Amino acid sequence: MKLTLKIWRQKNRDEKGKFVSYSVNNVNPEMSMLECLDVLNEDLIQRGEEPVAFEHDCREGICGSCGFMINGHAHGPQTATTACQLTMRHFKDGDQLTLEPWRAAAFPLVKDLVVDRRAFDRIIAAGGYISVSTGNAPDGNAIPVPKGIADRAMDAATCIGCGACVAACPNASASLFTGAKISHLGLLPQGKPEQDRRALNMVAQMSEEPFGGCTNIGQCTESCPKEIPLEVIANMNRDYRVATLRKRDDLIQVITPVTTWSSDSKS
Amino acid sequence: MKLDARIPSGPIEKAWDKARFDMKLVNPANKRKHTVLVVGSGLAGASASASMGELGYNVKCFCFQDSPRRAHSIAAQGGINAAKNYQNDGDSVFRLFYDTVKGGDFRSREANVYRLAQNSVNIIDQCVAQGVPFAREYGGALTNRSFGGAQVSRTFYARGQTGQQLLLGAYQALERQVSTGTVTMFPRTEMLDLIVVDGQARGIVTRNLITGELDVHFGDAVVLASGGYGNVYYLSTNAKGSNVTASWRAHKRGALFANPCFTQIHPTCIPVSGDYQSKLTLMSESLRNDGRIWVPKKKGDKRPPSQIPADERDYYLERRYPSFGNLVPRDVASRNAKHVCDEGRGVGESGLGVYLDFSDAIARLGENVIRERYGNLFDMYQRITDENPYKVPMRIYPAIHYTMGGLWVDYYLQSTIPGLFVAGEANFSDHGANRLGASALMQGLSDGYFIIPYTVGNYIANSKLDKVDESHPVVQEAVAGVKNSIHTLLSIKGKRTVDSFHRQLGKIIWDECGMSRTAEGLKKAIGQVRELKQEFWQNVNVPGSGSDLNQSLEKAGRVADFFELGELMCIDALNRNESCGGHFREEYQTPDGEAKRDDENYSYVAAWGYNGPDSEPTLTKEPLEFEYVHPSQRSYK
Ligand SMILES: Cc1cc2nc3c(=O)[nH]c(=O)nc-3n(C[C@H](O)[C@H](O)[C@H](O)COP(=O)(O)OP(=O)(O)OC[C@H]3O[C@@H](n4cnc5c(N)ncnc54)[C@H](O)[C@@H]3O)c2cc1C
Ligand code: FES
Repeated sequence: MKLTLKIWRQKNRDEKGKFVSYSVNNVNPEMSMLECLDVLNEDLIQRGEEPVAFEHDCREGICGSCGFMINGHAHGPQTATTACQLTMRHFKDGDQLTLEPWRAAAFPLVKDLVVDRRAFDRIIAAGGYISVSTGNAPDGNAIPVPKGIADRAMDAATCIGCGACVAACPNASASLFTGAKISHLGLLPQGKPEQDRRALNMVAQMSEEPFGGCTNIGQCTESCPKEIPLEVIANMNRDYRVATLRKRDDLIQVITPVTTWSSDSKS
Repeated sequence: MKLDARIPSGPIEKAWDKARFDMKLVNPANKRKHTVLVVGSGLAGASASASMGELGYNVKCFCFQDSPRRAHSIAAQGGINAAKNYQNDGDSVFRLFYDTVKGGDFRSREANVYRLAQNSVNIIDQCVAQGVPFAREYGGALTNRSFGGAQVSRTFYARGQTGQQLLLGAYQALERQVSTGTVTMFPRTEMLDLIVVDGQARGIVTRNLITGELDVHFGDAVVLASGGYGNVYYLSTNAKGSNVTASWRAHKRGALFANPCFTQIHPTCIPVSGDYQSKLTLMSESLRNDGRIWVPKKKGDKRPPSQIPADERDYYLERRYPSFGNLVPRDVASRNAKHVCDEGRGVGESGLGVYLDFSDAIARLGENVIRERYGNLFDMYQRITDENPYKVPMRIYPAIHYTMGGLWVDYYLQSTIPGLFVAGEANFSDHGANRLGASALMQGLSDGYFIIPYTVGNYIANSKLDKVDESHPVVQEAVAGVKNSIHTLLSIKGKRTVDSFHRQLGKIIWDECGMSRTAEGLKKAIGQVRELKQEFWQNVNVPGSGSDLNQSLEKAGRVADFFELGELMCIDALNRNESCGGHFREEYQTPDGEAKRDDENYSYVAAWGYNGPDSEPTLTKEPLEFEYVHPSQRSYK
């Protein structure tokens, strides 16, 4: 079949971008969206033009690299599907697809469909972990974890960090992403000791980045390729509030470094 | 050159303890003065960086993706082995060791494998403590599944996303160190050369993939954890960016490359559907726990599977290997699939496929149980093929998946260049000629959490390193070399795209150095690869410039290295006149078609040295000795 791809082209952050339309013939319905872009790119290179830059790696919906808006939907119209897994059989001959990058102040544009999502790493670095250094662990079965809890933690932990939630949200909020990590770790007994400081620190970092606030619209869940439930945002808000109420002022401190010298250098 | 694996003397159970005791330690107060460069943020790289950061070293970690969390390890599905014996089914460290050595068809180093089995138990503990949500029983205990090549149930898993959860655990530990300042992360940064000063690895040359800037990073030691080279075949289950560049450039600087022809073909992948195809999708091996593999007995039987009665089906693995059945190791399962397809009994449009059928398991356990176990894999299959595997059997075919070969390392995971350590899939160490399922994740984490932090420290404590800086002639030569090759690639402006070369290279390697190999085919392939490489350097078209994000340029550099590696794989396969594990030379097989080893002549690791672009590589052999697991014809009957 034949498709028209209207794609956002922008050389870098400083130059102005614009939509350019390309027609792609010979689209096979079995192809993925990214393979369709491969075909276009091969053609562009042959014609001496620069190919469209887009991010991808695993092409199986798990690494979270890919992602752009397809006709106004993050990752396209199919639910629970990343762009790399979206097959062209969902479109019909003659369709026009508009592809544009995630639009959010917290995700500055890099080139064409590629954006900078390092804000997500900074949110994790602020507290999205359990502080257990290598070698410190008790036996894996020492603390039983009820199956239901493990399953719910796993549901939240499947987030791939692609950024679709932010792109889909009219406020460009990162609440689903942050809530998912807070829920995953907070649900597990291993994550309980740091539950308060984790919520406080991660939320603080999220607010420091230019993400918007959550107003319970729910676009994030709808566009999430891993169907992370909205419940994680409720968990985040609860953990945050509980932690604030407890007002233990040692909570907000930066994580205590393991070795003495590094605490010297910090202070 | 003589290779010394530096295996500690004495009984194998005590080797690692002894090695650790004999190590020199770095004074804790001095650790921050030592810089370690880690290339890669997959399981091996992230766990090594985090653990060394916790110890107090100054760590710099590099990856080409935009975030360390996206390393290819994220895609591992099925699980991770550990000799916990939680199931009380007779597992032990020794059994895991035994299964792994046997599974590797007696081409791995016993002492390394033993240590891997020992560390496996600590890995699970560490990951659980980090919050990895492994599958659990109702009572709250960890649960297990079975994987190929073993008769005990020792595989831990988190649905079909085990790699994702393990990597996120390591990534979070890494980010914790980033926040304390011990680790600095360099995403979207590609290592393009290794700096060797006075015989020791002292730094790397990198390119910032956004700005194109070249930088030099210096360190007291360099750890390569840059993954495997399966993408030499173009179509593989690896992530698109996976490449051999870091290892290959180190190889060109003097690190020997071991057993490059040992590659693993995974039996259960979704078959190829067309020329545009960019990668192959794995269906986890865990599916073989409940799925039964079959093809029609009759050649060219085009009836839909539901209309083929039971007595006209050939459950060929169950028939040929009654004791392991569908759970034979990967090399055996793949070869048998190829065999039945070559006989004309393959299914699907291309005839390159076999059925993986869950109808019996669904009848026995109910659809819910199957959904609980494999739901996300079934969904993935359906999304790609538009067929419902709860109703119609899956169609699967083997695809390249993992590379056992890699840079040669000794017991301390140090390459032949002092100060250059190699961890994870990038080294050749533990899997011999065939890797058992669920043991790559185990190896990556064993290397990263529990070995590298010790052995790198020992190296640092024992070396006196002079200061080097950018003015050193070696550094200037390295940077100029990188600049030059980027410039060359951009200025050829030929007629063919990088991908078109890569596809063609992949096809040659797949046809002649894939599931089965012959001397004649390999010789032909070597000639073809050389010719194609020449054409590449005259006729490739890399658009754009070197001073911004240029994905074609990144690919071109990687494909250039794949050409050289591909040739070496064929040379290695041609040298090894035997069949073992994934390396099947048609000339060497038993009367019933199984791989026939030649222990007398080939019980060695083949380590190749680089001698320049137009010279033959040099072969150095590390003889393998088996004191604990005696080599026998591997039988899964
Ligand atoms: C689909 C799939 C499923 C699998 N399932 C399982 C399983 O169930 N169980 C199991 O045990 N194993 C499994 N494996 C194998 C296993 O996932 C890998 O062997 C393992 O994850 C490799 O880890 P690694 O850390 O060595 O490398 P990788 O995870 O590949 O990481 C490589 C890192 O190196 C970086 N890098 C590479 N080159 C450069 C460069 N030049 N400069 C800078 N950075 C660079 C990358 O950015 C990345 O961070 C599976 C593999 C695949 C493909
Ligand atoms: S490329 Fe990895 S999720 Fe799409």
